[in-house]
Amino acid sequence: MSELTDLTLAAARDALVQKQISAVELAKAHIDAIEKARALNAFIVETPERALAMAQESDTILAKGEPRPLEGLPLGIKDLYCTNGVQTTAGSHMLEGFVPPYESTVSEHLWRDGATMLGKLNMDEFAMGSSNETSYFGPVISPWRRAGDSKPLTPGGSSGGSASAVAAHLCLGATASDTGGSIRQPAAFTGTVGIKPTYGRCSRWGMVAFASSLDQAGPIARTVRDTAILMRSMAGHDPKDTTSVDLPVPDYEAALGRSIKGMKIGIPKEYRLDGMPAEIERLWQDGITWMKAAGAEIVDISLPHTRYALPAYYIVAPAEASSNLARYDGVRYGLRVPGKDIASMYENTRAAGFGKEVRRRIMIGTYVLSAGYYDAYYVRAQKIRTLIKRDFETAFEAGVDAILTPATPSAAFGLGEKSAADPIEMYLNDIFTVTVNMAGLPGIAVPAGLSSEGLPLGLQLIGRAFDEETLFAVAEVIEQSAPKLPQAAKWWV
Amino acid sequence: MSVDQATVRRIAHLARIKVTDEEVPHLQDELNAILAFVEDLTKVDVTDIEPMTSVMPMPMKKRHDVVNDGGIPDKIVANAPISEDHFFMVPKVVE
Repeated sequence: MSELTDLTLAAARDALVQKQISAVELAKAHIDAIEKARALNAFIVETPERALAMAQESDTILAKGEPRPLEGLPLGIKDLYCTNGVQTTAGSHMLEGFVPPYESTVSEHLWRDGATMLGKLNMDEFAMGSSNETSYFGPVISPWRRAGDSKPLTPGGSSGGSASAVAAHLCLGATASDTGGSIRQPAAFTGTVGIKPTYGRCSRWGMVAFASSLDQAGPIARTVRDTAILMRSMAGHDPKDTTSVDLPVPDYEAALGRSIKGMKIGIPKEYRLDGMPAEIERLWQDGITWMKAAGAEIVDISLPHTRYALPAYYIVAPAEASSNLARYDGVRYGLRVPGKDIASMYENTRAAGFGKEVRRRIMIGTYVLSAGYYDAYYVRAQKIRTLIKRDFETAFEAGVDAILTPATPSAAFGLGEKSAADPIEMYLNDIFTVTVNMAGLPGIAVPAGLSSEGLPLGLQLIGRAFDEETLFAVAEVIEQSAPKLPQAAKWWV
Repeated sequence: MSVDQATVRRIAHLARIKVTDEEVPHLQDELNAILAFVEDLTKVDVTDIEPMTSVMPMPMKKRHDVVNDGGIPDKIVANAPISEDHFFMVPKVVE
């Protein structure tokens, strides 16, 4: 029965509709795989009973012959999506034991469309991290290992649980979220596909907030088609989020197979970094070759403010985080540590409830928003954001359909290798992805090759606002042109 | 710009996060590393550039001014560390 977990989401959907398999046996296969893979630490909470109850309902509906779009497909949910009646922690001690009495809009859409919930996926605390090492519940381990080495590697972050679970075949797909690269970097590190849609495409309602002007929901799955299928269900206007856009949601799956002949693919020269590993450069060149072979035209473009995106992000994101995380005060929900008066109760609670990285970012955010520094830091960073967005608009106005870049500056690293004293070293992981959040644009990471150590490497495509369809079409060309990645060996079984 | 230890304590207080004496020097180093990293931004000419205020420009939606939720006090206080009769309990703030 374990081979059921090797199906793609699209293949499982078709097999269910054709009654070759049942939703209950599909759910059981995944529950079994999750139990055997606890060494990966991908799940914070497993919900097998709920999965089986949902699968039984799906089998009833399948028997009637009127399946919903995701009928009976088992998914994992990143632990920053509030799930009614199931603990939601965002990877923080602060929210340990928090059981939301409501459901996030994005996860609600998935259940509306018939999907099955396997559990809640581990993540960096409040999505602040690139390696999953900031989770209060311990780091997630990647199913991937370097050739001939058993050292545990990071699956990336912050959606590390999502990426690890999908890559290890513990679920057919997962929700994730991306504030600076938290969908695309873990997807690239684990040989999976992850898309951050345009800001506003998905409702943020019921997602634990990190930086509201940057956060966006998106899926991670094993193929471009599978992410397209999930994206269609997750997206959509929501009156409960004023930043969600009132635009029709296209049938993204229908965009697959669309020819890219004649499309212009931009190659931004500013993404060629000094000291970039040769294998990343080679991967990028491979991508260019595949684009040309499919009939696309390669154009060199310039995005002159690229180098300022990461520093500006480290003002905007902590500023918004310091404001969003002010709600954790020990009064309405979450941890409470007593104090001699209300102020010391707040201070004790927040010192004990937040981990080191979260405290650091709240303090940076508090500083840059404090009297006398607001204009010098926050307003300046938001002006630079305007310039970054303008760079992209100029390229798209010149006729570029999508922009091709590496997804990450390296392959996955080992746990503990970068969590030393200098926080900047970790932040540099997001160098290629963060520009997209700053401009609000869609970006997708697709597996494109292996490193010299046998680890997955990904390419990123950046698209026009609300044109995720082009990204899916071009990403599928990369998927079909790239050498097929092997599955990570199941060393944990 | 860089911060001294007194500023670190002041920020921590503003952020309502208790810091111990041993933590202050580490935090000072880390915050200064981040501030040095963002220092690069001063090189950008931002004259006459509008700050981004809306990621995707669109008219602001307004909901109807009606009661559309409520009557769920049990749910509201369900996750409170301490509550009594549907009130959140806090340390005494008024003598």
